[in-house]
Amino acid sequence: MTEETFEIELTVNGVRRTARAPARRLLSDLLRHGLGLTGTHVGCEHGVCGCCTVLLDGEPVRSCLMFAVTASGHEVTTVEGLAAPDGEMSPVQRAFQECHGLQCGFCTPGFLCTVTALLRDTPRPTDDEILEGISGNLCRCTGYQNIRRSVRRASELIAADPASGGPPAGEAGEGGR
Amino acid sequence: MSTRMFGEPVARREDPRLLTGRGRFLDDLGRDALAAAFVRSPHAHARILDIDVTGALDVDGLVAIYTFEDLPDQVGAPLPVLLPHPALTHGRTARPLARDVVRHVGEPVAMVVAADRYLAEDAAGLIRVEYERLPAVVGIENAEAARDLVHDDVPGNVGAVLLQENGDAAAAIDAAPHVLEFRLAIERSASTPLEGRGVCARWDADDGSLRVYTSTQASTSVRAAIAARLDLPAGKVEVVAPDVGGGFGVKIVHPWPEEVLVPWAARLLGREVKWAEDRREHFVAAAHERGQLHDVRVGFDGAGRVLGLDVRIRHDHGAYTPYGIVIPIVTSTQLLGPYKIGAYRAEVVSLYTNTLIVTPYRGAGRPQGVFCMERTMDRIAGHLGLDRGEVRAANFIQPDEFPYDQGLTFQDGRPLIYDSGDYPGLLRKVRDLIGWDGFGALRAEAAARGRRIGVGLGCYVEGTGVGPYEGGHVEIDSAGRVHVSTGLTSQGQGHQTVFAQIAATELGVPIADVHVTTGDTRRFGYAVGTFASRAAVMSGNAIALACRKVRAKALRIAAEALEADPSDLEITEGEVHVRGDRSASVPLRTVAVLSNPLRYAFDEQTAAATQFAVGGSPSEPPVAAGDEPGLEGRDYYSPVRSTFAAGAHAAIVEVDPDTAEVRVLRYAVVHDCGRLINPMVVEGQIHGGVAQGIGGALYERMVYDASGQLLNASFMDFLMPYATEVPHIETDHLETPSPLNPLGVKGAGEAGVIPVSAVIASAVEDAEGLRVDAMPLSPDELFDLRRRAEHDPALRTRAVNGP
Ligand code: FES
Ligand code: FES
Repeated sequence: MTEETFEIELTVNGVRRTARAPARRLLSDLLRHGLGLTGTHVGCEHGVCGCCTVLLDGEPVRSCLMFAVTASGHEVTTVEGLAAPDGEMSPVQRAFQECHGLQCGFCTPGFLCTVTALLRDTPRPTDDEILEGISGNLCRCTGYQNIRRSVRRASELIAADPASGGPPAGEAGEGGR
Repeated sequence: MSTRMFGEPVARREDPRLLTGRGRFLDDLGRDALAAAFVRSPHAHARILDIDVTGALDVDGLVAIYTFEDLPDQVGAPLPVLLPHPALTHGRTARPLARDVVRHVGEPVAMVVAADRYLAEDAAGLIRVEYERLPAVVGIENAEAARDLVHDDVPGNVGAVLLQENGDAAAAIDAAPHVLEFRLAIERSASTPLEGRGVCARWDADDGSLRVYTSTQASTSVRAAIAARLDLPAGKVEVVAPDVGGGFGVKIVHPWPEEVLVPWAARLLGREVKWAEDRREHFVAAAHERGQLHDVRVGFDGAGRVLGLDVRIRHDHGAYTPYGIVIPIVTSTQLLGPYKIGAYRAEVVSLYTNTLIVTPYRGAGRPQGVFCMERTMDRIAGHLGLDRGEVRAANFIQPDEFPYDQGLTFQDGRPLIYDSGDYPGLLRKVRDLIGWDGFGALRAEAAARGRRIGVGLGCYVEGTGVGPYEGGHVEIDSAGRVHVSTGLTSQGQGHQTVFAQIAATELGVPIADVHVTTGDTRRFGYAVGTFASRAAVMSGNAIALACRKVRAKALRIAAEALEADPSDLEITEGEVHVRGDRSASVPLRTVAVLSNPLRYAFDEQTAAATQFAVGGSPSEPPVAAGDEPGLEGRDYYSPVRSTFAAGAHAAIVEVDPDTAEVRVLRYAVVHDCGRLINPMVVEGQIHGGVAQGIGGALYERMVYDASGQLLNASFMDFLMPYATEVPHIETDHLETPSPLNPLGVKGAGEAGVIPVSAVIASAVEDAEGLRVDAMPLSPDELFDLRRRAEHDPALRTRAVNGP
């Protein structure tokens, strides 16, 4: 009963990575256990909590609902790739700290990826747009109030320094791990 | 105390790590570990006839399969009753793997170890277990009827009967001018941290030691349990709680079956073994809470003063009682809240059912107790046509009545004596915050436009910081770093920040120099755990006391160097100097060097501490009698009894006239947890608690069918609130310092959740004019209540309540 494995080649946080995995390996498991990027968390593995959210070609996806093989040829950004190459946290990350938008930090990577994409598409969201934007992610600790505040604050930080908004669009090899 | 960090909203020191993916949660560890998976019972009650593993044997990567038969005696023995109590006459616990009978869906039957989790689950899926199904006992009423038994040797399914009594309640009620009688129900919910449980164990065969990482709220006690089971001295077992993705109570239970089995297998196999719980497992194999029925009988006078109260509590503790009966004990004592109740009697009957075990979830029995008392207050107000706030005010313990003895025994075995508080002040503030007095007009106005809104209120008292003790260790190294450790664990409460604030304030050092470690037996071996809102009170005070020792020592050593009197010295930004004069000073890193007389130097700093460098009297030993080398100190805080935090919440809800959907328009919290260490962290705790309370009030329940299957064991079906369900929470604080501890603090972790069901019930009742006596309240239940009330006036509240 040896499982067939497939070659997977993808770009993660600007770095080309290759791996072999069986067809059923989830993207979340490949990232976490195959590539050692454990910042992406799994809270349900059935697509509801949003902890596992990563950016696939810039769009938020639930990495627990995707097979790793289907990510082949795509670009993935995880929480490890949100800070600038010199380690400076992104405006979204900084805003979450400033506004106490996290407690245990388990849901946080999913929120950070979701919000990064939200603010790229909607840099000045209304309160309703913020609510809508984060309404697919569960947090059991914060009651969301400070997460909503964090999103507003991140939007201000980005407005003050527009170049800082998105995840660093790294070239292959840059900031390699 | 020159560096004022205590009381400031200091940004959290754990955040940068957690925000950049550098947190280390259980399943982030042990990348090369073997994976464990469990075969769990699909039946609520069944006899195991046969376990056939042959089908699983040719799964590639399979390492081992274990059933009960494979376990040595100590490993396979029933798990402990962690909190024995004289009233728990029939405590029963499970074995790590079931021997012959399973008593709830999810009970572990076999453990598989394989190269990875996929393969372990493949193998687990191929193991065939033959069961003979037995009748399942589900629900409190069925448990009590006892047509079937959960345990053959527990008659009537009764695990415990407990009586709490103060005065003659029956006589007081009979003599009272007014008497009411009613039943109140609260459904099951669960802590549901987003990270499940998990264990990762490494056996080091070379030195015969075991290191266990576990997502726990009680690492020292896990260590004791594992050491006993595996027959190892505690010194050979290290237990570390890594970053923990939320606990909320469920992770206080220990040792879990998996916490025994995974380390045992790691030692047996000589390989690192890891188990990370998945979501479905968490629903059926961790723990639930809250399910309770309350029959209330209350007697009161015309001003609404309670003269006698009798509550019969029936508690569903599930299939086993590893955590004793602490929940109904807490309900029956904390039910009294901020009130002076004439005579009181509570009878608890704790019952077995074929459902998952019931252990504390944030609030731990208090939400049920507060629901009872606050619904009772509303009933009295309705009956007498009085304002709901006025009835509460008529019953309050007054600020000048502390310490106030409620005449009962609390969950720590100590008398239930409240230390301090200002309950009328809390009520006043929350009424102002929510706009209680003008609300009648608002409601009428809304009604005129076809909208149904209502306001509700709830008060509570929370015993926090239960003993027996916690400890703190503080060490200043020769680089000036301050290492603080305490044994209790963290699950997101910001301990690395608040404990650092305490240390920075006590020692007079920059907070950046302080490094806090929690929940790691390698650093601190004596601890109780993180539960009952006790971390700030217990470890906070222990750390403060340890800092005071270190500070005294630093001043003593520095005094010699500065040729000054220690009592003239103070510490500012890590430098010891004469008070008000920083011209001559000695940094703590130098004091640390001087505190440790050396023979060998390894750098310039340490050269200053070698025997030919230090002076001192040649007739005295280099380390004076009674002294110790090193600039460090350890101390413990052990309170005589708990300290009592309190609060008042109020909410405005709107109920859809057609769909019966409840929306919380406003939510206000006034909270008193004594002195605030970090107001930002406390607010965060309140927000999170209220959100869980809203979940419990409107959405979350465990839906068991009659055969004991949990029908909603997924996040699709168990409705935890998203951002869209949680209102903006307005907060205000009151600070009545606790006289019981040096820092004057009280616990804050659970407060947010405690009165929410009571408050929402009160508000919905106010909006609808219908009697709400069971929570959670779903739209279809409310819709059904409306229907029934059309024909049953008893379901309507008499007149419209409130302001
Ligand atoms: S783990 Fe992917 S959505 Fe929950
Ligand atoms: S911070 Fe703990 S789940 Fe969101």
